[in-house]
Amino acid sequence: MSAEVKSSSERNIRARFSPAGILGKPFRGLILVSRKYGAEWWIMIAGALIVSFMIIVAVFPAVFAPYGPLDQEAGGQLMPPQPGYPFGTDNLHRDVLSRVIFGARTILGVAFAAAILSSAIGIPLGLLSGFVGGILDRILSLIMDSVYSFPGLILAIAFAAMLGPGVVNITLAVAVIYIPTYFRMVRGQTLSIREEVYVEAARAIGARRWVILLQYIFPNVIASVVVIFSINIADAILTEAALSYIGLGLPAGIPDWGMDLSMGKKFLPSGTWWMITFPGAAISLLALGFTMLGEGLAEILNPRLLER
Amino acid sequence: MKNLLRYIITRTLLTIPMILILVSLVFVVLRIMPGDPVKAMLGAHAPPEVIAQKREELGLNKPIIIQYFEYLGQLVRLDLGRSMILQQDVTQPIKEKLPATLELTLVGLLFTLLIGVPLGAYAASKRRSGRDFGIRLYGNVVYCIPVFWMGLMLQLIFGVWLNWLPIAGRTSARTFVSMFERTGFYLIDTLLIGDFGAFTDVLLHLVLPSLTLGIVISGVFVRLTRSNMLDVLKTDYVLAARARGIPERKVVYRHALKNALIPVLTMMGLQFALLLAGAILTESTFSWPGMGRLLVQRIYLRDYPTIQGVIVVYAFMVSIISLVVDLIYALIDPRVKY
Amino acid sequence: MSETMQQTAEPVLEIRNLSIDYPISIGTVGAVEKVSFDLYKGEALGLVGESGCGKSTLGLSILKLVRPPGKITGGQILYKGRDIVSMRDRQILKLRGQNIAMAFQNPLTSLNPLFRIDRQFLETIHQHEPGINKSEALKLAEAILEELGIEPSRLYEYPHQLSGGMRQRIMLGLGLIMNPDIIVADEPTTSLDVIVEAGFIDLLNRLRGRYNLSILLITHNLGLVAEIADRVAVMYAGKIVEIGGADKIFHDPLHPYTYGLINCVPNIRLDQEELVTMPGNPPDLVNPPAGCRFSPRCPKVMDICRVQEPELKAPAAVQGTGQLSDQTSGAGSDTARRVTACWLYQVKGAE
Repeated sequence: MSAEVKSSSERNIRARFSPAGILGKPFRGLILVSRKYGAEWWIMIAGALIVSFMIIVAVFPAVFAPYGPLDQEAGGQLMPPQPGYPFGTDNLHRDVLSRVIFGARTILGVAFAAAILSSAIGIPLGLLSGFVGGILDRILSLIMDSVYSFPGLILAIAFAAMLGPGVVNITLAVAVIYIPTYFRMVRGQTLSIREEVYVEAARAIGARRWVILLQYIFPNVIASVVVIFSINIADAILTEAALSYIGLGLPAGIPDWGMDLSMGKKFLPSGTWWMITFPGAAISLLALGFTMLGEGLAEILNPRLLER
Repeated sequence: MKNLLRYIITRTLLTIPMILILVSLVFVVLRIMPGDPVKAMLGAHAPPEVIAQKREELGLNKPIIIQYFEYLGQLVRLDLGRSMILQQDVTQPIKEKLPATLELTLVGLLFTLLIGVPLGAYAASKRRSGRDFGIRLYGNVVYCIPVFWMGLMLQLIFGVWLNWLPIAGRTSARTFVSMFERTGFYLIDTLLIGDFGAFTDVLLHLVLPSLTLGIVISGVFVRLTRSNMLDVLKTDYVLAARARGIPERKVVYRHALKNALIPVLTMMGLQFALLLAGAILTESTFSWPGMGRLLVQRIYLRDYPTIQGVIVVYAFMVSIISLVVDLIYALIDPRVKY
Repeated sequence: MSETMQQTAEPVLEIRNLSIDYPISIGTVGAVEKVSFDLYKGEALGLVGESGCGKSTLGLSILKLVRPPGKITGGQILYKGRDIVSMRDRQILKLRGQNIAMAFQNPLTSLNPLFRIDRQFLETIHQHEPGINKSEALKLAEAILEELGIEPSRLYEYPHQLSGGMRQRIMLGLGLIMNPDIIVADEPTTSLDVIVEAGFIDLLNRLRGRYNLSILLITHNLGLVAEIADRVAVMYAGKIVEIGGADKIFHDPLHPYTYGLINCVPNIRLDQEELVTMPGNPPDLVNPPAGCRFSPRCPKVMDICRVQEPELKAPAAVQGTGQLSDQTSGAGSDTARRVTACWLYQVKGAE
């Protein structure tokens, strides 16, 4: 049909004169693919790449780090970035690059653990509440909504202050504030799926309630859960860093980005920028990676037929 | 009118159970968590009789239910208890520091809106263009930047390297001495006595910390405004306005934006909570004498009554703001049927 | 049925080979494909077709209001000789609302809910006549409201405070306030109940006579068309399949699709046993069928229909032998000229 011919030649012209077209064939291929999959794919891929990289670094820190994180004889004191010390050294003669690398493990560990804990509590509660309804649902919803509306960080600070320092306590403090997020989302989905016709049909043929829960509702909820999980981790990373920045975090022996920032703060007025810039950038990058992963996934799991 | 009154009353009453839940949560956290506050206060090695006596004094031996109701009773009388460590009423430091936090948070909110909303509207009007993508990228990235790191970097760049702006405190030492505190909001107080030099000083000190808050939270508003604008730009009335020959810019910023802003208003209420949280970190970074820094300091000192008091005050603020926003929304939108 | 034929032979809008495409993720939708027709001064032309045939898109394109990513990919829209398609934005803005106006389907969503009615009028007036002062403009607005049968006090209310019929009339008023030559009405009565609809039709006819307005009425409601239109253009799958005088189209439809369309409407008086339907579905506009687009569903389909697309031409005269001659039956005046795109009425292989 003439319409098709016109638009593909139009596409060719556009490709030829766009910057990508001028740069050459491989770019043109990329543009065509991304037009098919949309920018969301690339965002997700980018996020996945960042996350994978960080996880590898976290799992095999010794491969990447030239020194140990606690090694107080790595080099001179407060040396700016230079060959041999790409991120410089801190006031205790420690190599900042190594501290950043080893710190990845800490922060990822806490964030993952917290997210798993949150979801392990929030999801079943949400399923239960949405499915059973009644007064249980009312009470739980009220509690969860109140907690949800309260600034998470402040709650985490309160918990962390009460529980005291330590990895486990920090994880608990961070985990608590995300339970309502899972609860609300799962409950909402459960409620709407419950009303769907195919669930009615299942009930009509006598399927038991918990079977319905597991086989019908749960799989539909999983997709959204994955997205929230990713974003949860991003948030948990920021919260953990915030807690240790304030001093509520981990004991001094464990390398931690937030703590590095609070230490670096003291030396800021003298222009010691490397103690702050690199750990902070690492936090941002990691949080960004998980956010991109989560958001990209969200767009893809809700496929859109038409262009937006 | 009658309906409006009914809505106001209902909504206001709804705030009470919310506050109750939060306040109870705080109570639970502080009592049932492991860690004995008395031991922390007196030291783990204090003799057991002293510990027991202190517990009696603080009323910690009474059954938990009694303690709970005493706690609630105190709150109703706006009595936040007494700090054992510093021998002062908890309300006192809170009253002193609250305006500082509010001032910071409100100016931060102002920056957030000034940055986020226009960017979001512009991105929506230039949909799918490079500029749109860039603005969206900004919105997403900025939210992932820890607010304290943003503060530190801004301090580094504008305070240390360029030396344009102060990086600590609400005022310089000189202004501090001659400061006349009336409302606690320094911007207002300096104007009240007509001291423009002091006003400028206060303003300069406000810039970096509120900008920090503003930038980090602006991402949320960029996305929200853009999304709302996109929806509004698809509506029939926008199409009809275009069909009448109204130029695109007027259509976007006059017709569309007004409609798009309504959800932004409600979002402001939610984001206020985020701003308060961010303010705690910002206060630490900029040595800002507000409630956030108070909280952090008292955590070090293990001053549990004050910690509890501060958190209760936060809970109150968040609930009140949420209430106010809902009420304003009901008043503004002529379509809302209450 | 419209009796008055105060039409001159002067076309106020000429559409020539207009094509509009919508690129989507799975391909390009040819929403409007090489459409041509004219709109004459003072006439009411009904553009009918089922949902998705492209008529609304066509209507929007006249004022270049097609929503991106859709765009006009070819052809011309001539308004008094000037081509709208090649116009710059600034020129189009002048036309919109002033020379050519549009009235939309849903009056509740077509009026900005946050603006008072007077504000919406004043803005339009001010846009096209910046020098005018507020009280004069208000007088204009009040005058048009009176014309439409609405109390001037309604100017000070919000859209949600008015009834559906009133809103639709306000919509019309906003379109007519600057005395345009043409008004494009896209399903103007779909959201109204029949009584209000009847009142609206009377109003339109009255206004048309009074101002010698040209109306392009886009609708799938054949009854509405029968009440107002002088001529009818039938659209199917992005193409025009038949154009002719309203009378003729309804009593003697040529194209099988037109025939099916008209007979689909159940007659309340006749004793009808079954609903007449047309089998099949509208075609996929990303990959439309080869040849005539209606061929998969046509009860009178011939071999050539599936292969070659018929052009929109006057029907060839039928000889006594039942064969088609090369001459076209040039019956009637120019404006009532009939054209149809169907191999049943054209000599195959010609031209």
